[in-house]
Amino acid sequence: MMTQRSRLHVPNPPARPGDKPDFSYVRLSPAGAVPRPQVQATATETAGLATSLVRVLDDEGTAVGPWNPHLEPSDLQVGLRHMLLTRIFDERMQRMQRQGRISFYMKSTGEEAVSVAQCTALLPGDMLFPSYRNQGLFVVRGRSLTDLMCQCLSNTRDMCKGRQMPVMYHWAKGNIFSISGNLATQFPQAAGWAMAAAIKGEDRIACSWIGEGSTAEADFHHALTFAAVYRAPVILNVVNNQWAISTFQGFAAAEEATFASRGPAYGMPGIRVDGNDFLAVFAVTQWAAERARLSAGPTLIEHVTYRASAHSTSDDPSRYRPKDEWQSWPLGDPILRLKQHLIALGEWSEDRHVALTRELEAHVTACWKEAVSFGTLADGPSLDPATMFEDVFKQMPAHLLRQREQLRVLRALQPQAAHAASAGAAALEAGTRGIAKEG
Amino acid sequence: MANMNMVQALNSAMDIMLQRDPRVVILGEDVGYFGGVFRVTDGLQRKYGQHRVLDSPIAEGGIVAAAIGMGVNGLKPVAEIQFADYIYPAFDQVVSELARLRYRSAGEFSAAVTLRTPCGGGIRGGQTHSQSPEGIFTHVSGIKVVMPSNPYDAKGLLISSIEDDDPVVFFEPKRIYNGPFDGDPNKPAIPWSAHPKGEVPEGYFTVPISRADVVRPGDDVSILTYGTMVHVAEAAVRQCGIDAEIIDVRTLVPLDVDTLYTSVCKTGRCVVVHEATGFGGYGAELVATVQEACFWSLEAPIQRVTGWDTPYPHAFEWEYFPGPARIAQALKNVMEAG
Repeated sequence: MMTQRSRLHVPNPPARPGDKPDFSYVRLSPAGAVPRPQVQATATETAGLATSLVRVLDDEGTAVGPWNPHLEPSDLQVGLRHMLLTRIFDERMQRMQRQGRISFYMKSTGEEAVSVAQCTALLPGDMLFPSYRNQGLFVVRGRSLTDLMCQCLSNTRDMCKGRQMPVMYHWAKGNIFSISGNLATQFPQAAGWAMAAAIKGEDRIACSWIGEGSTAEADFHHALTFAAVYRAPVILNVVNNQWAISTFQGFAAAEEATFASRGPAYGMPGIRVDGNDFLAVFAVTQWAAERARLSAGPTLIEHVTYRASAHSTSDDPSRYRPKDEWQSWPLGDPILRLKQHLIALGEWSEDRHVALTRELEAHVTACWKEAVSFGTLADGPSLDPATMFEDVFKQMPAHLLRQREQLRVLRALQPQAAHAASAGAAALEAGTRGIAKEG
Repeated sequence: MANMNMVQALNSAMDIMLQRDPRVVILGEDVGYFGGVFRVTDGLQRKYGQHRVLDSPIAEGGIVAAAIGMGVNGLKPVAEIQFADYIYPAFDQVVSELARLRYRSAGEFSAAVTLRTPCGGGIRGGQTHSQSPEGIFTHVSGIKVVMPSNPYDAKGLLISSIEDDDPVVFFEPKRIYNGPFDGDPNKPAIPWSAHPKGEVPEGYFTVPISRADVVRPGDDVSILTYGTMVHVAEAAVRQCGIDAEIIDVRTLVPLDVDTLYTSVCKTGRCVVVHEATGFGGYGAELVATVQEACFWSLEAPIQRVTGWDTPYPHAFEWEYFPGPARIAQALKNVMEAG
């Protein structure tokens, strides 16, 4: 007689350190094979998009099929420049962290097309609610790298006034929301922002990003529920980079269903797209944006990509996945693929690529020099600690005025405060190791 | 002026603000078509439409998050959490997001959200419909915390809260929605129409945030309290005949310390009363604040009268509730000491 005891299923990734990388679980579609429905199609009519994979660039770098957005070569060159600048910026900041100049950093290597192509497909007035791996949005919208570096340095020009860890940027003028250290919280907030846009009758839409691991948080489901109930003009993106620190994507319940398929389950289209294909990401974003502006409702987009770097500078991925896994990733490198396409079009060359790389490296170096002139966490000039009492409320209440004065008196009695500052920097560096889980 | 109970006063505040300010929107579970489980939003959706008064999914975290998003986009959301006990799924959104958004973005972003939520016991709600979690929120920097004790203050403070540029958690002691409650559940209920603070202007007016109210002047001892317990303290004072000065704190954050100092330095004695559990509670903040400024005027140790440090027990509601007898005993203790 068979026993009727349940057994706990624990998902396991196909390959661990020392194993041969195995991406056979990643379901692919040939470039150009997936049909492009009308933007006002119902969720049911778009159901196939949730399980197939929208791709435009084929293996030879040719743009094919109904999703080809037919961008001008000059637009593609700008996209390439933005992706490359993002990567060079990331490399420099990672190095600066290793040298102890900043406390913490998170690269977006391998995922640049998601932020850059999407932001390129949106309008400047559209509101972005990013996760912590969307630095490409700031690059496309033109925030100076010096400003981003000053935030990472927590120096006198830090936009966050030293209150947030590195990479938790914000930019109200650029319509980019403040990045939270908590997971997924921005997702339903984007739905609320979009609801307000619809209530006010605006043509602006919202766009938000979370990692595939964060889809397990309640806020993911809040976002889909609210977006679907009110048909909010919002684009909700799941960046499926396969890894949430050491947690592989199967732990977010993706073994039996794609993340995109959550969309149709909530009554909205879900599109699974090749996240390393600049043209495909641009095309599905354009589709979803048009749909949102026509009041046809929200779209969930799953970007199939790969987190080529560590989760953060506090992480060592060689402990949980094969070292060379990225080399086997079936969707390649977004920068190399767009470069190959431009060369195939006769609009780019290896020489021009080398020249652009040098130009951008020099730019990043110049920005870094300027940024450190405003101070680093360890060396002055530093922010006045009295500013820590600001912005708790719009007007500082009496108890904070009092505490600020107490701190002032305390510091006047302790001339060794400068030593405390550098000790504090070391403590911060130690304290940030291992914090921040990944979506 | 009109006679209003607290439900009507709160409804009137939202009605006026929906009328005056197109940015004001109401959202929450059951608040629209149904008018709220305590009827506080009754008729508002009918009057202002489904774009101003929204029924929401059953998701407190989503409600607060969506309210934050709306606030960031220029609206002034008044979100209802159906019971204060239901607020915890939204805790992350309140503590990590709503309270700190202005701070973490160095003033570039903020969300002027008012979170209304009924709190407190005395309605046989058991441990999931009776809590007074105000101390959890007063401990969080960046949100204002308000709890009115009567219809007049409820309307004036809610209007102030909606107009405020900072987030406000607005606790409504549901035991006194329909009338002042003196702590004796066996007495017949008294309606607000029999109380002077049940007289409420029909139009726009405000009661300022961060201003306490001397409810009863007195010389012998100061009672610092808020919400339902204001009325219970009044009953205790009537019982024991001590000339106590009763102060309704009203705004827990930011606290009106001057009114507290003036009173306690005058009387030299102090009893702090709240319904919430005592340990680590808001009363500890009141005691600490008072002794810092009034220590040399004090004739006796300050006493706290609070809910016991247990979950709110369904069967022993009135043994849990810090009623007039416990307050009277504390008053006698501080009068006899020193």
